[in-house]
Amino acid sequence: MVAGMNDSSLPIDVEKRGGTTILSPRGDVDMSRAPAFREHVRQAQSGRPTRLVIDMASVEYMDSSGLATLVEAMRNTKAAGTELVLCGLNPRVLAIFEIARLHQFFRIVPTVADAVGA
Amino acid sequence: MNDKPHIRVELRSDPCYLAGVRQLVSGVCQRIGLCESACSQVALAVDEALANVIRHGYGRASDKPIWISLWPLAPDGARGPGVRIEIEDEARQVDPSELKGRELDDPKPGGLGVHIIREVMDDVVYDRRSPCGMRLTMVKYAPAPGPGACRC
Repeated sequence: MVAGMNDSSLPIDVEKRGGTTILSPRGDVDMSRAPAFREHVRQAQSGRPTRLVIDMASVEYMDSSGLATLVEAMRNTKAAGTELVLCGLNPRVLAIFEIARLHQFFRIVPTVADAVGA
Repeated sequence: MNDKPHIRVELRSDPCYLAGVRQLVSGVCQRIGLCESACSQVALAVDEALANVIRHGYGRASDKPIWISLWPLAPDGARGPGVRIEIEDEARQVDPSELKGRELDDPKPGGLGVHIIREVMDDVVYDRRSPCGMRLTMVKYAPAPGPGACRC
């Protein structure tokens, strides 16, 4: 018998371009995977980048657990003087920002190129 | 009227099962005739409801029971087909009137689940189960065919 499944990891690519760190998570970000996402974001923030870009192009689905992680990141980056930019949100992921009326508090651009050049 | 659910699933309160439940709910809603956007909204509402039960009701214990029941709703003249979903648990009971979304003016982490559920579903009712636990009943209808119908 399997005591419990382990589906809590979240693959994520990390790229540095000068003072910019780009995080590209892959997969659904829900209650199961939000802790891993939060840990990745915290690690990226600890490097004190000038700009932190979170590329959501490979995130098919996100719920309020993922939103909470991003709101926490927004607060922490603001306090640290890091610019936080989100990009690559598919319509379903963007919709949850709008339902929660959070889209107005984030800088959201279409692509990584837009985010890096922003 | 035979009110037995067309689908009834019991799962453990382990977040790792949320993805599977979303797929099930979305797939069934698609077969019932809801548009893609409505299917995603129902799956999101169920995900948020389950996460709330796990997080707040069961204090993140991963071995407690949760039941999901689903009924298709027939279209009538005013609206298209729909779905009724009940989510039941044996978690601590709370006053249903306290289960409302928080103010959204100040962006802060957490507390968004109930707001999202109420925003995307047409009817949302919380009540206490007997002898223990809570029940959430949610209904979502597709718009009736016509100019206002979903075109996704």
